[in-house]
Amino acid sequence: MKILYFAWLRTKIGVPTETVELPAGVATVGALVDWLKTRSDRHADALANSKVVKVAVNQEHVPYDHPIGPGDEVALFPPVTGG
Amino acid sequence: MTVRVQAEDFDVGAEYAALTAGRSSVGGVTLFAGLVRDIAGGEAVSAMTLEHYPGMTERQLEAIEAEARRRWPLDDVLIVHRYGRLEPGDQIVLVATASAHRDAAFESCRFLIDWLKTRAPFWKLEATPEGERWVEAKGSDDEAAARWAE
Repeated sequence: MKILYFAWLRTKIGVPTETVELPAGVATVGALVDWLKTRSDRHADALANSKVVKVAVNQEHVPYDHPIGPGDEVALFPPVTGG
Repeated sequence: MTVRVQAEDFDVGAEYAALTAGRSSVGGVTLFAGLVRDIAGGEAVSAMTLEHYPGMTERQLEAIEAEARRRWPLDDVLIVHRYGRLEPGDQIVLVATASAHRDAAFESCRFLIDWLKTRAPFWKLEATPEGERWVEAKGSDDEAAARWAE
């Protein structure tokens, strides 16, 4: 699965994108975020406050209970500040 | 339908001319242009860098435009949003709506910029004398967008 990070999530984690092998049982956005936290101290720090970690699956905004699958493109980012 | 995400500046006069050319059904156009301010949160801002999510940005802007067209009778809609490094006074965003009547043009333009601010995947990094900082989302922007809930 391809994961993309934007803005301060990208700078805190240190990479703009990574490809991960999803472990069995990780079937929702919320479970994915919890699992990503275990990958490194940088991940744990960046993803500590889920209130400011927004998620898009296949380029659509989704809530944490949204299902995910191996072929999905998942992006994690802070609340948007355009306009 | 026109949505553009670009690094280059835009010319409001030229965009307005293109929007109205050959369209005698249009009775009014509302244009909103957003600019980079030189102060934010009491601190001087010397530059701003806009990051975005290529692909999703266009997709979200197109969805917002489609929603505006569903709600109001619009002859045309234009959304131009810049990314990259900008300086105070630079233009960031242009939203233009054309309709037979002014109410639809005004209301839909306000709707588009309010929704864009909470849904389009852009993030602002400000350069200040204290260093660089990511702009935090404002609760007032969420409230402005929430007014348009159906």
